[in-house]
Amino acid sequence: MSVLKLGLPSKGRLQELTIDWFAECGITIERTGSGREYAGRVVGFDNIELVLLSAGEIPKELAAGRIHLGVTGQDLVHEKIPGWQQKITELTPMGFGHADLILAVPNSWVDVENIDDLDAVAAAFRAKHGFRLRIATKYHNVVREFLLAQGVADYQLVDSQGATEGTIKNLTAEAVADITSSGDTLIANHLKILADGLILRSQATLFRSDVADWDSQASESLAKLLGSVGIVNN
Amino acid sequence: MVTSRAYLPNARLGEGLADVRAEVGRLMSGFIANGAQPVEPAALLPADVLIDLYGEDLRARAYTTHDPVEGELMLRPDFTVPVVQMHMAAGSGAARYAYAGSVWRRQEPGSNRPTEYLQAGFEVFGGSNPAADDAEVFAVLAAALGDLPVHANTGDMGLAFAVVDALDTNERRKGALRRHIWRPQRFKRLLERYSEQAETSVERAALLQAVKGGSVMDLIKSKGPVQGVRTPQEVAARGEILVNEKEAAALSETAVKLVSDVLDLKSTMGAAAGQLRKIAPMLAATADQLEARADALSDAGMDAATLPFAASYGRTTLEYYDGFVFGFHAPDRPDLPQIAQGGRYDALTRVLGNGGVPAVGGIIRPEAALALRGGAK
Repeated sequence: MSVLKLGLPSKGRLQELTIDWFAECGITIERTGSGREYAGRVVGFDNIELVLLSAGEIPKELAAGRIHLGVTGQDLVHEKIPGWQQKITELTPMGFGHADLILAVPNSWVDVENIDDLDAVAAAFRAKHGFRLRIATKYHNVVREFLLAQGVADYQLVDSQGATEGTIKNLTAEAVADITSSGDTLIANHLKILADGLILRSQATLFRSDVADWDSQASESLAKLLGSVGIVNN
Repeated sequence: MVTSRAYLPNARLGEGLADVRAEVGRLMSGFIANGAQPVEPAALLPADVLIDLYGEDLRARAYTTHDPVEGELMLRPDFTVPVVQMHMAAGSGAARYAYAGSVWRRQEPGSNRPTEYLQAGFEVFGGSNPAADDAEVFAVLAAALGDLPVHANTGDMGLAFAVVDALDTNERRKGALRRHIWRPQRFKRLLERYSEQAETSVERAALLQAVKGGSVMDLIKSKGPVQGVRTPQEVAARGEILVNEKEAAALSETAVKLVSDVLDLKSTMGAAAGQLRKIAPMLAATADQLEARADALSDAGMDAATLPFAASYGRTTLEYYDGFVFGFHAPDRPDLPQIAQGGRYDALTRVLGNGGVPAVGGIIRPEAALALRGGAK
């Protein structure tokens, strides 16, 4: 018999909002020990074990079946687990942690409004500069898949794990594909989103691992939890 | 299973391995008997050449690794590029090559396609009679496949290039269409864009007006600080292009129909030239080439009258081919990939070397061929 392991973000705003979300469903999640200790429990669910993890780690724990359920962003699951649909199911979006993965270019590119333009510019850029137009991102898989489906050529992805909007000014990229929620960072860095440059609309989501050990006890715990949350499990 | 390999269980040792080695040896001997010299390209290749050639998409299909000294390397995704490089380094001229070894391909999650499989190939460089060389490569591979239950398909990427060249439109549009010949969706979208008067957004109208009024630099500067490698001059230059584009005559319905008629052409190798002459009389030179190839195939003992031909065959899967393309598949074994495939890639040699040479070749997948024959024991 196995306890159901529920992976939650280990700290910060995402954790607070997750705890609030469960509270609204009538489920109390308590942090135990000192505030800094990564431990907690789900009140009234003795067979659920809380696992506090960095939101970025939760996708691979779900994909490995080391946790049964997990709360993290859709962007992280799509990027980190290619073919995630075969291992992970979205149970419900949670209505917070909204973030859009978008393609943006400098405001001064008055000739570029959409991906058609970007593709044409990429061809001219490569002919003039001798290298492919660089798009800075940390979402390599999702962005590559998107641009492949759009038939864009003559670009390359360059890795940027942070301060992505600054790469253009720093001359290490010509365009960026990054997460934005308010758009403030883009505006501050004089960038604009392409009209059809929305790659992925993401929010915090409760995910189920389909490869975890779902024995009768774990399944029972899931049914009870989802009953409280008001989701039909399938 | 640790002893299994592409399409074959238990073929990494014992009799199974002996069968694989015998098949590879048989294929190599056949190619060598046809005048090829054996070559053995490196398995780890510099990534930059390959990425430059195939684009970022290749990263999703090939394995990359990193060496602190040599930089980014790629596990050989196919033999064509290193064989062309060897040929160019040796000083070009006419030559024939045979090779066999593993290639490695990343596959989609959940796919059961192998990530490592063998290829045995035959390449003909620098020939002076393209039709005869096309026919010979096809015939050599057909002979190597022997009586295996395979069906051949053929095509010719040259038709797509020729019909773009024949369009009554400016060179820039033709260049854009040529660039996307291997991406049918975007190709179609370009054609649509060139054949209709697209709506102009407010932003675009302002740009066009600024270009015409000579104030495009002011417009650029009004948007805030200029940053990045791409200069305002490049932006302004594209502004000019967009004005020209706006004023360029739309492609006629007849022209768009001509392109789709040519790309949709389905026939047999023997009858394709005649059909092309009927639907696109202006492509006479291309039809002549088709006819010469059909004759050469007949001379090589192939039955051109029954050999299927489709203008778009290989348009999405066989990048870098720019002329004759062909493949042999096993209709009764949908679990197997094409058993053999190949084509002409003159343009690739131009990109990789000085001047370039005519080049045509093909590969057989020895493991798939053995699996089709009933598997290694």
